[in-house]
Amino acid sequence: MKKSRAPAITVAVLLVGGCVAPFAISSFHTFQLTQILIYAIALLGLNLLTGYSGQISLGHGAFYGIGAYAAAILLDHAWLPYWATIPVAGAVCFAVGFGFGLPALRLEGPYLALATFALAIATPQILKHDALEKWTGGVQGILLDKPEPPGLLAGPLDADQWLYFLCLVFVVVSYVIGWNLVRGRTGRALIAIRDQPIAAAAMGIDTALYKSTTFGLSAMYTGVAGALGALLTGFVSPDSFTILVSINFLVGVVVGGMASILGNLFGALFIVIVPNIASDISESAPWAIYGALLILIMILMPRGFAGMVRAVAARRG
Amino acid sequence: MSRRTGLMATLALLTIGGTAAAQKSPGVTSTEIKIGQTMPYSGPASAYGVIGKTALAYFKMVNEKGGVAGHKINLISLDDGYAPPKAVEQTRKLVESEGVAFIFNALGTATNSATQRYLNKKGIPQLFVATGADKWSDPKGNRWTMGWQPSYRQEARVYARYIQQSKPDATICVLYQNDDFGKDYIAGLKDVFKDAYKKKVVKEASYEVTDPTLDSQVVNLKAAGCNTLVTAATPKFAAQAIRKVHDIGWKPLHFMTNVSVSVAAVMQPAGLEKGVGIITGAYLKDPTDPAFKNDPAMLEWRAFMKKYMPGAPESDVNNVYGYAVSETLIQVLKQCGSDFSRDNVIKQAASLKGFKPSLALPGLEINTSGSDYRPFSQMQLAKFNGKSFERFGSVISGD
Amino acid sequence: MEGFLHQLLLGLASGSIYGGVALALVMIFKATHHVNFAQGELAMFTTYISWSLIQAGAPYWVAFALTLGGAFLLGSLIQVAIVRRVQHAPVLTVVIVFIGLLIILNSLAGWLFGHTTIDFPSPFPADAWYGSAYFSPHEVGMTVVTLATLALVYAFFRYTRLGLAMRAAALNPASSRLVGIRVDRMLALGWGFASLLGAVAGMMAAPIVFLEPNMMVGILVYAFAAALLGGIENPWGAPIGGFIVGVMENLAGAYVVGTQIKLAVALFIIVAVLVFKPSGLFGRRSVVRV
Repeated sequence: MKKSRAPAITVAVLLVGGCVAPFAISSFHTFQLTQILIYAIALLGLNLLTGYSGQISLGHGAFYGIGAYAAAILLDHAWLPYWATIPVAGAVCFAVGFGFGLPALRLEGPYLALATFALAIATPQILKHDALEKWTGGVQGILLDKPEPPGLLAGPLDADQWLYFLCLVFVVVSYVIGWNLVRGRTGRALIAIRDQPIAAAAMGIDTALYKSTTFGLSAMYTGVAGALGALLTGFVSPDSFTILVSINFLVGVVVGGMASILGNLFGALFIVIVPNIASDISESAPWAIYGALLILIMILMPRGFAGMVRAVAARRG
Repeated sequence: MSRRTGLMATLALLTIGGTAAAQKSPGVTSTEIKIGQTMPYSGPASAYGVIGKTALAYFKMVNEKGGVAGHKINLISLDDGYAPPKAVEQTRKLVESEGVAFIFNALGTATNSATQRYLNKKGIPQLFVATGADKWSDPKGNRWTMGWQPSYRQEARVYARYIQQSKPDATICVLYQNDDFGKDYIAGLKDVFKDAYKKKVVKEASYEVTDPTLDSQVVNLKAAGCNTLVTAATPKFAAQAIRKVHDIGWKPLHFMTNVSVSVAAVMQPAGLEKGVGIITGAYLKDPTDPAFKNDPAMLEWRAFMKKYMPGAPESDVNNVYGYAVSETLIQVLKQCGSDFSRDNVIKQAASLKGFKPSLALPGLEINTSGSDYRPFSQMQLAKFNGKSFERFGSVISGD
Repeated sequence: MEGFLHQLLLGLASGSIYGGVALALVMIFKATHHVNFAQGELAMFTTYISWSLIQAGAPYWVAFALTLGGAFLLGSLIQVAIVRRVQHAPVLTVVIVFIGLLIILNSLAGWLFGHTTIDFPSPFPADAWYGSAYFSPHEVGMTVVTLATLALVYAFFRYTRLGLAMRAAALNPASSRLVGIRVDRMLALGWGFASLLGAVAGMMAAPIVFLEPNMMVGILVYAFAAALLGGIENPWGAPIGGFIVGVMENLAGAYVVGTQIKLAVALFIIVAVLVFKPSGLFGRRSVVRV
């Protein structure tokens, strides 16, 4: 059976386009594109959990925030250069995610949703707490400097473009790792656990370990995205990481299409661009338009953008 | 780059440059001044979106009268949902895509903190930020950023000094919203009481914006046995607090943040008789105060509301605030003459001398200078008598 | 001791609010097996409708009754027009639809009714004999209403044919159709009833928390926790879960960790309970055939 070349071509086109884009568009649009790339990493993390592992999370905003704060605190005290804070943020989030996943994996469906929801709500409160104020800056937050391109590249690239390419590298690396994870043994084990948990356990798959590890990995990706997001915005505060962030991520993953790497990119594009489009359509009730668009898309594409692409490809092939 | 490309590029630049010649400085043409702001039109702080709407209406009125020095004011007001990352995105859009001259009256401490560095680096005035946080007056470090209203910290200091004078043995409780707004009041009290803070303030209780009620906190505070209460709460919660304090039979000397003293939006829902005795530090005229019923400025404001914001409740202090701050901006622009460059705008904003916004309390005036970026630093204490807030004493400085 | 008793009673009062909304969540779950995240906003929106009627001159109980009818219609309409179309879609797709509904209702309420805080009237007079400094007449009335509603819901599902048909339709649509149950109609009715319950909860809560578009946002979190703590399938679980959440939150804030993280602590305690009793305190573990 001949494997379709379409995905490979799409990826190649996207990569080339991605490398050229910042030179062809304005600084502001580069900024927006960087935000989309960052969300694409965050969504990859959530997708790992919901798409491949079948667990639900309403709390990934918490990991995004923890990653952001980890990077911000390290940078603020000048303990690490900015590029080193990102993997550290990822590691911290892996630990938190794994630790959270261990007890949480006993819960299912709406109960797991509540547990993750609790995490999302609790995190800003904890970040604001007086006891941690010395590190987190409390309600005032932490200001960060924008990373400047290193010596050689300082000429041709400005700060916006440098950050863009940094994020692009992280996107490619994350997706390559994610792709391999999903194609390999781990991926098959996860899908088995998702679809037939009892059979999977009977076959000797250590469900608990896989589920917790998945939680950890999922948190790690989102934490890396959070760290990059902190560098992009240049500021972290508890108000930046409300439950709305978690809900936004969930919307992105479902609209993009679960268990699809390309779908993530579409989902990230959606959650950044569509609210702006909605504002253009209606000044008085833009969010009502956004909500209506969401519902419409879910009715027309119940399996998200990627699901629709698959359906079309299946019909063709 | 080949010669041909170079030629094309030069031609393009010249054409753009040609049209840009009509632009005298960023955001300014011979007929228009384009300015921008971000406001929370959605999300937890959506109640304050009214301020943006009022500003839009005010400038519409000004434009119909001819604008300033023949220039119409074009305010572009974008939603940031009170989220700092969104505020950064929208502000960059305003500056880079829309090309605004400066940012006016953007709302929120966190949101403005996020955009402050960017705007100051680019030399764009961040004028009259709509937040009472104290940190906006920093002419040396952030010379493009200026606040407008008396800061919450200053207000708390006024209360603290009053307590020291009139009730030196007071035991104080603080009920505050757990964010920069609420915490600024604690900072202000600490400023005045210094080391005696721990002795004088026996208990603090905070609440989150997502809390359904703060009844539990109020009961908690009463149990601590204080005879004085300082409440830093937004309108809905302020009404709950006033009502609960009364209902559980507690009669402390009660200070309320001037953000939440609208008679119709706070005192009435709470129950007019329950709020008797509450003290606040006011700086703007309350539309429901019978003392201003026939005040000419008030009448003008009412006419404005009727014509340009029909259907809006007249009891919302946000409308007064929006009107007053927009009026202040027009004064700055008038002082600019015909030079609306960014440099001159901030210079004129820092040169307001004895300016009395029409809706400011009598006796109060705005003063700024190169070293003093606090337009309003005075207020007057007022006590609620069951119908309105009666001003007493003299105008006090919050410094 | 007085403070403790007071906090306890306050917890019961707020628990009553959470329980009311939780009941609506339980109703929808029993009828459709979905957790409706838009329930809070529906309740808020219908309360605004009630307020509009009162502003137009209708007496309280007339507005109350009309609102219940309106809520029922609105809920059923939403099910038929929107939710039905994603009936066979994956669970998360349905969740996104609920989120969309939540956003629309919140935005519409702000646009139609403004963002100013509104004082919503209470049918229980402020000087009634059954009130006291600890427990106002409205809080007493609200608790009674919540418990009465609970009894009605329980009786409905347990003793009526319609209730049984609804439960069957949610549990096993295919078999239900075979025995002649109109599954589609049951789902629409379920939404209608849940929306009605939400309207009651909203109109009971509004006099205390004040009416504004974001009124239900905080309450929904607690109601969600309460419903799950009590066991999402069990109507009794909802108010009991609500009381536990309300009391625990108040006590945690007053005596244990202080008000700054009491919400986080309360939620974590609930989650901890769920880890040991994954179907809630009064829920039943569902057994799945392999």
